[in-house]
Parts: sequence; C-alpha cells; structure tokens
Amino acid sequence: MADQNWVENDEPLLVARSLSKSFGRINACRDVSFSLYPGEVLAIVGESGSGKSTLLQMLSGQLAPSAGHVSYRMRDGVTRDLATLGEAERRFLFRTDWGFVHQDPAQGLRMAVSAGANVGERLMAVGWNHYGRIRETASDWLTRVEIDVARIDDAPRTYSGGMRQRLQIARNLVTEPRLVFMDEPTGGLDVSVQARLLDLLRSLVAELNLAVVIVTHDLAVARLLSHRVMVMKGGRVIETGLTDQVLDDPREPYTQLLVSSILPP
Amino acid sequence: MNAPAYNFAYLDEQTKRMIRRAILKAIAIPGYQVPFASREMPMPYGWGTGGVQVTAAILGPQDVLKVIDQGSDDTTNAISIRKFFAKTAGVATTTATDEATVIQTRHRIPETALNENQVLVYQVPIPEPLRFLEPRETETRRMHALAEYGLMHVKLYEDIARFGHIATAYAYPVKVNARYVMDPSPTPKFDNPKMDNCPALQLFGAGREKRIYAIPPYTQVVSLDFEDHPFEPYRFNAPCALCGAENSYLDEIVTDDKGGRMFVCSDTDYCEGRQAAGHHGSLSAAPYREKAQEASNG
Repeated sequence: MADQNWVENDEPLLVARSLSKSFGRINACRDVSFSLYPGEVLAIVGESGSGKSTLLQMLSGQLAPSAGHVSYRMRDGVTRDLATLGEAERRFLFRTDWGFVHQDPAQGLRMAVSAGANVGERLMAVGWNHYGRIRETASDWLTRVEIDVARIDDAPRTYSGGMRQRLQIARNLVTEPRLVFMDEPTGGLDVSVQARLLDLLRSLVAELNLAVVIVTHDLAVARLLSHRVMVMKGGRVIETGLTDQVLDDPREPYTQLLVSSILPP
Repeated sequence: MNAPAYNFAYLDEQTKRMIRRAILKAIAIPGYQVPFASREMPMPYGWGTGGVQVTAAILGPQDVLKVIDQGSDDTTNAISIRKFFAKTAGVATTTATDEATVIQTRHRIPETALNENQVLVYQVPIPEPLRFLEPRETETRRMHALAEYGLMHVKLYEDIARFGHIATAYAYPVKVNARYVMDPSPTPKFDNPKMDNCPALQLFGAGREKRIYAIPPYTQVVSLDFEDHPFEPYRFNAPCALCGAENSYLDEIVTDDKGGRMFVCSDTDYCEGRQAAGHHGSLSAAPYREKAQEASNG
C-alpha cells in the first residue's frame, strides 16, 4: 500500500508542455513547461503583465493555448490532455477535483446567497440531496476556515474581506479537490488578515495534501506557501527552482531586482 | 362589412407554421425551452401573449376553448382572451373543463382531471427556472445543456435555511422526463403533482421571452426536493366556503375590514359544478343555505 502511494505520488498531477498564448501580435505567454506533483505548491511570481494570469487560465482549462498542451492525471489514474476533454467533463473536473480561488471573492462566491449555500453548492452539484448532511458539512468547513458557524445563514456581502476570502476557500475545498489554482488570494487584504489567511492556507494544504498553483506578485506569499517558484517576465519563465533557493540566491538580474525590491523588515 | 378582417385565429398561416414547428420540437424534447419568433399581439406583455400565440397556432374550427385566469373563468383576462378567439376564430367557447378541447390557463391547472383529447396551454412570464440564480442567459443555457442543476437546489437550501421549510409556494421547479429542469409558470405548487403523468398535452408559451416548452402526455414530472425535506403541496387548511370541497386549491377572500375572510375554490367551474350537484359550504348562497339549514335541522 505504501509502495502504491509512493508510485502515485511519483507521477505528476499536472503537466504543461511548451504552452504559448498570443493575443494577436502580443505574446502573453511563451513556451512554458513544468510538472506539478501531488501535494506540491508552485508559486508563479512576476510583475503585472508578465503572463501569470494567462498561464493560470490556460492551466485551468479556461483559455485554450495557442500552442502546447496541458494534461492532468484524473482520479482514475489516467493522464489526459485537457484539450481532449468535453466541456461537460471539464466543468465537472472544475467543480470536483479542482478549486479556483479568485483574487476578488465576489467572482468566486454567490454574494446574494447564504454562506452555507455557497459552501454546499458544489456538493449539491455532484448530487447531494440531503439538507441535514449538506448543512453539517458546510458548518464543518466554516469551522475549519475559522468562520463563526452562527453566521452560516448570512450572505457573504455582509462579510469582511478576509472572511469572504476564507469562505471562498471553504467553498472550493468542500469536494476535497486535489489541485487548487489561486490567483492572488491575499491581494487587497490588510497585513494581519493576510498573515492569518496564509497560516490557514498553509495548514490546509499540508492537511489535505493539496497541489497548488498560486499566482502572486507578493514574494512573501511565495516564500511562506510554496515549495517551488517560477519567475516570469515578458511571458517567459526566466528562472525556476526551489523557493528558498530562488529567493535567497537569485540568479537572473530580474529576479535579483524583484527580491531586492522588498523592503527589509 | 362582415367580411373577416383577420386570418383564422388572428395570426397568419406562416406564423402559425413557425409556432407549430417550435411546439413540435418542444414536444420532442420535454422541458426544453425552444426559442420562437414571438409576434406582437394586440394585448400587453404579461397578459398572456405567449399563451395566446400557442393557442392560435393549435386551434382548429372544431375546437372548444376554455380560458382561465387564476382558476377563474370570469376575470377580465380570461373573458377578453375568450372573446378574442370567439371573434377571430369563431370557435365555440365554454367554461366547463370537461367540454373543452383547448384550455388556456394563467397560474392554475383545473381541478377536474384532464383527458387525452385536451391540450392545456400555459401563459408563462419567466420561462427560465435559473433566472434569479444565474443572471447570464448564455450560462443558464449551458447549464441546461450539461444538466448542471446543483444551483436549483441552492434556492431550495436557502428556503430551508431561512424559513425552516421549502417556502417556494409557486413556480416550484420540476424535472421533466428525468432531464430538463423546468419552471411550471407561476402555478401554485399544489398543482405540481397534476403535471406528472398527465394524459393531456401541456404547452407553455412565453411571449416576451420568446420561448415555448412542453410536457407531452404521460410524461414523468418530478418536483425537486431534499431527502429530508420532501416536496409537499400546500393548501389552506379549510373547506371551500361555497361548495365544501376539502381537496381543491383555495383563494382567500377578504370580506370586510374587521378581519373577516372566506376561503373559496379558485377553480370557479369546479366550485359551481359541485354546488349544482348539491354540495354546499358554510357561506353558500340562499338556496343552498336553506338546504344546509334543513339538513342540520332535519
């Protein structure tokens, strides 16, 4: 059994092969390749316009690449090219085995329905049909993301920014996905709330053995959460490696600039 | 002077062909909303322009038409639509459910069981059951196409979370033929069970939204619910004050400004039929009241 786990973890979960995307004459993303293994957290860092978000959209199947392939190892162990999946399959994958945490929680949540229903929606989408059990699972997840269960029937528009972001995370994790995409999950939050959120994310990632692709311009987030870092500039990956290696000993001039632009504590 | 100024049943033949094609497609895919080129009708949107177009398209000279509005044959809307077709198609009209071959309805299904020779035409204001949950029409169409109906349960979940039970009382979502989720137009959920396995053909026309959908005869129609909060039809717990019916859908009528009210059948034809057959309730008109007193004295 241990052996089999080892074999499973030895195969990549998500593989990107020479991904490129151009919008007319603009090459938003050029020749990006990498493999992501189960339980691994990969941070994509770079300044605005460096192609991070385009890359994330291609990886999550929301945008078709101009060239290259993304393949994903499904729960049945078969690795499949995302481009060959039907729309129904892709959407099913998106709401069961994947999660997507948006920078703006309003994009990832239904702001007008209660927190409980927000968390329960994915369960109902995969056929849960027992109100009591849905609610129980939703309360359980609210507790795990440190939201007071008494607020389960309040709509997220009555929540603070940090709570909304935590609710969005609960909503994504309720179906126990294996891979979560995050687009600047701490953007727009104040520092103490950011710290709590990062702490929470770190423990959840470890607990659930999640693989995460996190896009951020905040190197502190990359340092705290990720195992590996990819630095992007002008649509290309210019440096990649273990997080502490890249951040402590940057090789490329641009990475050196990024690292040195953080104010010393 | 008396030469007919209109084509039979108001609409021109090409328009009726177009609507019939949409109806055939709707029957072939139960519960699926078929777009059609809805015409302007000589009545405002919201007064049944969709239902009127469907009725016009299926009406033949031999048909007998009944029109009800909230179950009643004698409200403005029902009378004017009935007159409209009496004038433009010259068809016979009736208020008796069992004599009619085409019944156009707004917000009710008659209490009398329908038969195979009848067509029930619903006037639909909003055909999209997911409308207020997902504002993008492109997205709701995709959700229908992929049968992603988790969101519909979100609405029911919200009801239970807020009120402790499923508080949706009308336009209660149903699943047709185990495939499409459909809005049964704003009929009370009391009427939902009547749609299931109904011998009559049921057609739904939404004029402003330009959609037609259908439930063919003997099709399975299931009201959505949760295992631990099953679907329950709702009815005021009272007999009809005029005919004493215990199993019909009731309207609440305020009778004075001191809190007085009475409950009467919303289906006027059903109520009148029962009264004529000798049934009576607590507030029946004089001849019945006398009978009621005789009965209690004797």
